[in-house]
Amino acid sequence: MAQALQMELDAAQRYNDFADMMETHNNAEVGQWFRKMALIEGKHATQIMAEMGWQQAPVLPASAPVFEGFETPETAPIDEVHYLMQPWHVLQLALANEERAERFFARLASVATVDSVRKAALELQQEEHEHVELVKAWMLKVPQPDSDWDHDPDPPRYDD
Amino acid sequence: MNTTVTDPAAPAPAAAGLTAASFKSAYKPIWCPGCGDFTVLSSVTKALAIMGVPPKDCAVVSGIGCSSRIPAYTTCYGFHGVHGRSLAAATGLKVARPDLQVLVAGGDGDGYSIGGNHFLHACRRNVDMTYLVMDNHVYGMTKGQPSPTTEPDWDSKLSPGGTGVRVFNPLVVALASGANFVARAFAGDLHGTADIIARAMQHPGFSFVEILSPCVTFRPEQRDWRKLVHPAEVHATDDAGRAARRLMTDDGLNIGVLYAGDRPPYPASVRQPRCSVAELEAEFAL
Repeated sequence: MAQALQMELDAAQRYNDFADMMETHNNAEVGQWFRKMALIEGKHATQIMAEMGWQQAPVLPASAPVFEGFETPETAPIDEVHYLMQPWHVLQLALANEERAERFFARLASVATVDSVRKAALELQQEEHEHVELVKAWMLKVPQPDSDWDHDPDPPRYDD
Repeated sequence: MNTTVTDPAAPAPAAAGLTAASFKSAYKPIWCPGCGDFTVLSSVTKALAIMGVPPKDCAVVSGIGCSSRIPAYTTCYGFHGVHGRSLAAATGLKVARPDLQVLVAGGDGDGYSIGGNHFLHACRRNVDMTYLVMDNHVYGMTKGQPSPTTEPDWDSKLSPGGTGVRVFNPLVVALASGANFVARAFAGDLHGTADIIARAMQHPGFSFVEILSPCVTFRPEQRDWRKLVHPAEVHATDDAGRAARRLMTDDGLNIGVLYAGDRPPYPASVRQPRCSVAELEAEFAL
């Protein structure tokens, strides 16, 4: 559960960082979307803290299982954003995060040697699966970007 | 891939009351969305929290470039100096104020090109400070020219077909010049980089950490670094000869502490002057 909490906290922080970036680069609409995602992840974290009766996040032991890549599964890599990205891309990012989290708990359940840990991992995997379905449903309601969404008539690259 | 340091030399968890947030200023960075420097900033603030040094006892000195904007994004004392001269200013600061934790930050252009000479002598002097270079193999702020660490075959309008010039190897140069701690980190590995920076700050003498920090605007192909970097297969050595052999055969994507020497740092205390400032000025009075 400490890992699940850390995942939600890291995800919330990263979404807030992305929101800051977008606001600074005048993509306010996407900034708001990232704030919304940060709020959702924050609520998940609060829920876990409440269920466990924790006042503050416990420190993860050094022996905690290794994640895919360098960061916790629900944290999008910092370079996944683009200053011209659109709300659909935010959801695409969120979907990848939730799918990674689902895979993590599935793997944890398959390697756990303690029954209570396996049970908790399976429950969390199911929860992440529900998040995956929610995001997919959300994506159907948001317009897909055009193929030239990242075309900038005034690009930053100095070519002359 | 988890490169968090777990050996006994690794720093202890954050001191009570200080968190990474304690070291982040209210200014929102203007770096491009996706820039590796965002996570470097997070790693630096996390490392400072691990060290337990209050912001008032820490100074971040920088030169010019995208990564050199970092002092303003921390709550520590900051000095955003001129191009390539951060190490000179930081050396003076540390010698005058040995009580301060001095962090120097910059990029590959600032540090290895215009600042190259200062780099050599800062390593040689071994004053107790930590130098972080956010290396993206390009001059980013000036919009995409080759830097000393740019691959010789990197094609650009300014250098069609590439520069054809062999890359500068900063870790080898740092070791040969006398740096007491040499490491490489990857910006995408926030926690691993924080651990390396904390270890660098703890290690006495001049600590050098090269941080591979992708430039999403002018080197978008560097997004592949996260698939290519790998933990160093060996632990840090204190044998300069062994470290030199490792670094000369290094693939440039090896991350971890590669050398941790035992040279005593430059004496931090300033010797007592033989005369007062007024007496010295009197010598030059017309």
